[in-house]
Amino acid sequence: MIRGTRLTAGIALVSAVLIAVAFALAWHPEIERIAPPSASSFDRTLVAEGENLARLGNCAGCHTADPAQPLAGGRALATPFGTVFATNITPDAETGIGAWSRDALRRAMRRGIARNGEHLYPAFPYDHFTHMSDGEVDALYAWLMTRRPIVGRAPAAQLDGVFGLRPLIAAWNLLHLKEGPLPADPARSSDWNRGRALAEGLAHCGACHTPRDGYGAEDQARAYDGAMAEGWYAPPLNARSPAMRPWTADRLHIYLRTGLSPSHAAAAGPMGSVTRALSEARDEDVRAIAVYFASLMSQAPAARQDEAEPMDRQAIAEQTYPEAAALFAGACAVCHGPGAPMMQQGRPPLAWGTPLQADNPHGTVRAIMEGLASPAGPKGPAMPAFADVLDDRQLGQLTAYLRTRFTDKSPWPDVEGAITQVRQGTAK
Amino acid sequence: MIALSVNGQTHQVDVEPDTPLLYVLRNELALNGAKFGCGLGQCGACTVLLDGKPVFSCLVPVAALGNRKVRTLEGLASPDGKPGPLSIAFEAEQAAQCGYCIAGMIVRAQALLERNNRPTEEEVRAHLAPNLCRCGTHMRILRAVRRAAEMMGGGVRAVAEQKP
Repeated sequence: MIRGTRLTAGIALVSAVLIAVAFALAWHPEIERIAPPSASSFDRTLVAEGENLARLGNCAGCHTADPAQPLAGGRALATPFGTVFATNITPDAETGIGAWSRDALRRAMRRGIARNGEHLYPAFPYDHFTHMSDGEVDALYAWLMTRRPIVGRAPAAQLDGVFGLRPLIAAWNLLHLKEGPLPADPARSSDWNRGRALAEGLAHCGACHTPRDGYGAEDQARAYDGAMAEGWYAPPLNARSPAMRPWTADRLHIYLRTGLSPSHAAAAGPMGSVTRALSEARDEDVRAIAVYFASLMSQAPAARQDEAEPMDRQAIAEQTYPEAAALFAGACAVCHGPGAPMMQQGRPPLAWGTPLQADNPHGTVRAIMEGLASPAGPKGPAMPAFADVLDDRQLGQLTAYLRTRFTDKSPWPDVEGAITQVRQGTAK
Repeated sequence: MIALSVNGQTHQVDVEPDTPLLYVLRNELALNGAKFGCGLGQCGACTVLLDGKPVFSCLVPVAALGNRKVRTLEGLASPDGKPGPLSIAFEAEQAAQCGYCIAGMIVRAQALLERNNRPTEEEVRAHLAPNLCRCGTHMRILRAVRRAAEMMGGGVRAVAEQKP
């Protein structure tokens, strides 16, 4: 009897301790509101530094829904757990971050805790931003606080089941959040180290290019293996890169600055937004990112073989997909055919484009159906959308034709599924 | 022979399957409303409606059409030949300067107003964005679309409703 009581008491004590520990991990104090600091209270050099960082991190890519309301949030982000909406990060005191102190922003960037003590969903990539230095967060703070305040409250997240419970994120953080800066690698150049710090930190490249595990965390064992993000396929950025020509630092630098690589592809989907932001960032920083990823891709197949002419297996493709051959000739060849005017202007032949070389058809299908925005801002040619021109069967035939004609890789298994996803807007 | 349905009529044409719809409309059917601008899907002068949706006819191979219905500028007039509301409005607002883009502008605007005759100004601008005008009559074109929307029982709302 006494033993039983002791056991019960013991269990109660252990449970209480566990609950207290969990509570301590999940609970964070509110950081007191401040009066929004005046724009003139910030050093201009610091603001300019922050602006460069905001471009490198492409804050506006997620936090802007309507270009007329920059950084006011509201943009929906589809995740495997449901939909979250980017928040307002303008200095509006009520709906934005106007009442946030510098320490509140540091805590949010480093540990994913909002000013009021609430956990932020890890769709906000604080698992990357945690590697930023205090100086960088403070520069970003100066820039954010000198933007135009805009009133706008993001809709509440629509997450499935328990995923909406914010305290659970404390457990996620315990497992996945590795706080603090990355140690420099003295064996590497300063460019490489700067590039890695940016890529792994502020620029959060892995958020799209690294596959996620069942908890929605980046699987570090498969870092940069390529993954689906926002319905687009973000290709591998390591030795698995399917590129046909080697990604050198020079080529990556041009691609990241302009959204177009004459030997690879045009930036599409979320990467279009990234390259537009990088076109306005400091050149040395973009160069450093290029140096870092060129080193990660230095063991990719293209880097280890001679540069070949683009593949064109027209006869076999026509024989296999005669209907698609006519569609290609009438709809695509004026731009993409060998010798077409566009091909004389430094555009990549389809055979060198990463989408056709990838392991899945998502990039190809999506580009055909939705078209591509001009890589260099609103000017310059863009690819028109063909979703209203071709039906699903024709799109499937054309996709298979392109894969057969411009690569020697095996046909993609589920082209129809990819088309349906784009048609229904369910690609994730 | 390839069969295609244009402005409610079925036609049989003897062309290669990869021939762009624009060439068939102009060269085989003498429907000259749609214009050849760039031939690359960049300017919109060749815009026609395919099952009600605006497409660049210079990039639509006839083989892709199947049973889908094509409508051109000519098809927007009433059966007795009276011009449609957009054509009337474009004329009233004198929205054409050289006029080359206008057929495409009218056809693209038709697709919007058939779906929604009370669009916002922003929706009209975004919808017409793929079509280029090199003369600079954009403001008149927008006025003409506003006028046509009213003629069709709707109207263009000045600003998007304030977000919550």
